[in-house]
Amino acid sequence: MADTEAVKRYETTQSEWDRIAATKEFKDLMATKKIFIVPAFIFFVVYYFALPVLVGYAPTFMATKVIGVVNIAYLFALSQFFVAWLIAGLYVKAANDFDRLAADIISKAEIAQGGK
Amino acid sequence: MSTSLVMFLVFIAITLGITYWASKRSTGSSAYFAAGRQIKGWQNGVAVAGDYMSAASFLGIAGIIAFQGYDGFLYSVGWLVAYLTVLLVVAEPLRNAGKYTMADVLAYRLKPRPVRAMASLSTLTVSTFYMIAQMVGAGTLVALLLKDSGIKFPTAVIGVGVLMIVYVVFGGMLATTWVQIIKAILLMAGTFLLSILVMAHFGFSFTNFFNAIGAVSYHDAKGVLVTKDFLTPGLRYKPPYGALDLISLGIALIFGTAGLPHILVRFYTVPDAKTARNSVVWAMVLIGSFYIMTTFLGFGAATIVGPDFIKGHGGTNMSAPLLAQALAGNIFFAFISAIAFATILAVVAGLTISASTSFAHDFWTNVIHKGVERKPGEEVRVARIAAFVVGAIAMTIAIKLGPTANVAFLVALAFAVAASANLPVIVLSIFWRRFNTVGAVMGLGVGLVASLFLIVISPSFMAIDPPTVVGAARHMIQAKAWFPLENPGIVSVPLGFLGAIIGTLLSREPSAETKFNELLVRSNTGLGAEKAVAAH
Repeated sequence: MADTEAVKRYETTQSEWDRIAATKEFKDLMATKKIFIVPAFIFFVVYYFALPVLVGYAPTFMATKVIGVVNIAYLFALSQFFVAWLIAGLYVKAANDFDRLAADIISKAEIAQGGK
Repeated sequence: MSTSLVMFLVFIAITLGITYWASKRSTGSSAYFAAGRQIKGWQNGVAVAGDYMSAASFLGIAGIIAFQGYDGFLYSVGWLVAYLTVLLVVAEPLRNAGKYTMADVLAYRLKPRPVRAMASLSTLTVSTFYMIAQMVGAGTLVALLLKDSGIKFPTAVIGVGVLMIVYVVFGGMLATTWVQIIKAILLMAGTFLLSILVMAHFGFSFTNFFNAIGAVSYHDAKGVLVTKDFLTPGLRYKPPYGALDLISLGIALIFGTAGLPHILVRFYTVPDAKTARNSVVWAMVLIGSFYIMTTFLGFGAATIVGPDFIKGHGGTNMSAPLLAQALAGNIFFAFISAIAFATILAVVAGLTISASTSFAHDFWTNVIHKGVERKPGEEVRVARIAAFVVGAIAMTIAIKLGPTANVAFLVALAFAVAASANLPVIVLSIFWRRFNTVGAVMGLGVGLVASLFLIVISPSFMAIDPPTVVGAARHMIQAKAWFPLENPGIVSVPLGFLGAIIGTLLSREPSAETKFNELLVRSNTGLGAEKAVAAH
């Protein structure tokens, strides 16, 4: 375990970095990440900007009352919080897979280095 | 001595105790700049929330909702959603590949000196401007809350300034972290109590509460008594530019939060990327709960206290403290005031440490001395001096500007620079192999200059005031604004990206492209990431 600041960080040659980057394991990790992160990012950006766009350009629709005085505008704004939490929760779940794939790559890299 | 003052003093005593404790702990760069990377996930999450939720959130948003209803609530949404960018894009790669500052990631495969010099300039700009805005707010607030104690604006600013310097110089990141944690817990507790009291006032009936929001009576600018539905949009953001300004603010928040130096440095205080990720989730739970509760604070103040009364007793920023007073008397008013004070202190301490870290680590060690620390402990010593200098500069400017200074634009500016200068280069350096030094320097430069220029020609800086407005409250340039929006993000963020991309395409840098694989593997797997330092 690290107990001083002089801990050497993992260093290796350029060709070794290139080799790791080209392995199937690493490509799988990148693909797995991309499958979740890209759609999640696009979804939340679109969902978020829908709020100011609708409030700004369709104010009458947004002022439609749903329950008592509570209107679509308020409910949509409130939903943003829960959607953000939901995406964060899904990401943490998906990230467990990333961690597993990454741990595999790290242990292989360290074994390769130790074997030199 | 007023109750508020006693509560302030209790908070100050506790935080100074923590600073003393932190100063006794292990020394060294990693301990000073990153709390030894031993902060737990939940602790860092609470500290991120404490670092982020400023007095502008607590007092400002409650005030906007109390006066402009739904539009104020709309304004508060983006402050949480922005954390998805931090979570999905920035936090983990930064923790995996960096050491103390955001520039560590940029300098990884690019030429370190020009990139760090620009990144440090951008960090110092964001932090100092944001700090001045907070200090003017703190001075006004403390002077207002403690007016019975005879404490005036300059004394209040100096008090806040000296305390933040003491936390940072003596206690480093560890003390700053705990000040932020205590503040966040106090803020959440106070907000929760206020929310419960608001609901109790309405007999715990949401129907009664929302019916009251549906009909708020007050005197408008012309002095006519009007009754408005505060849940209807449009009381703040009006045509022709209202919606566009809100979208522009959203862009600044969504891209800027993930580029705020004082938030980013927090991710270096945890042991690994997984903990960094968990801390963002903790922060999102707190920040989201807080902004949902602004419903009770803001609409509660509108319905129970009323805009007319607030206007006559200190103005919009006093909405939450006055609500506390109306619901539970002077002791609770004092408690909420003390929380507001703690809120400001925790944020300015975070800003001070990020500014001084960037100066010492990026500029002093890496730009001037080419990455070599000449004597052990030099970097920490330089950071301590920098914290003192940055704090003194911010204090001096805040006192010179005075309590009536129109400084709201400084906050917009900080987010605009973070979104337009910092974020594009962070993202491109992690994701684009072709990206190079010229691109990074141009991206940072164009983002910084575009944000500054657009703010200067915006309505927050340029406007024609009536002769009744005097002194520092007047707009800096007395003319019609050239740029119609208060938030420049919608123009400056694309410009920042464009600058970075065009700069990159102007030249080729084979070494940067070669080293991309190393950064890619490191940032995505955590291979060789900086480790935690065990306590001595």
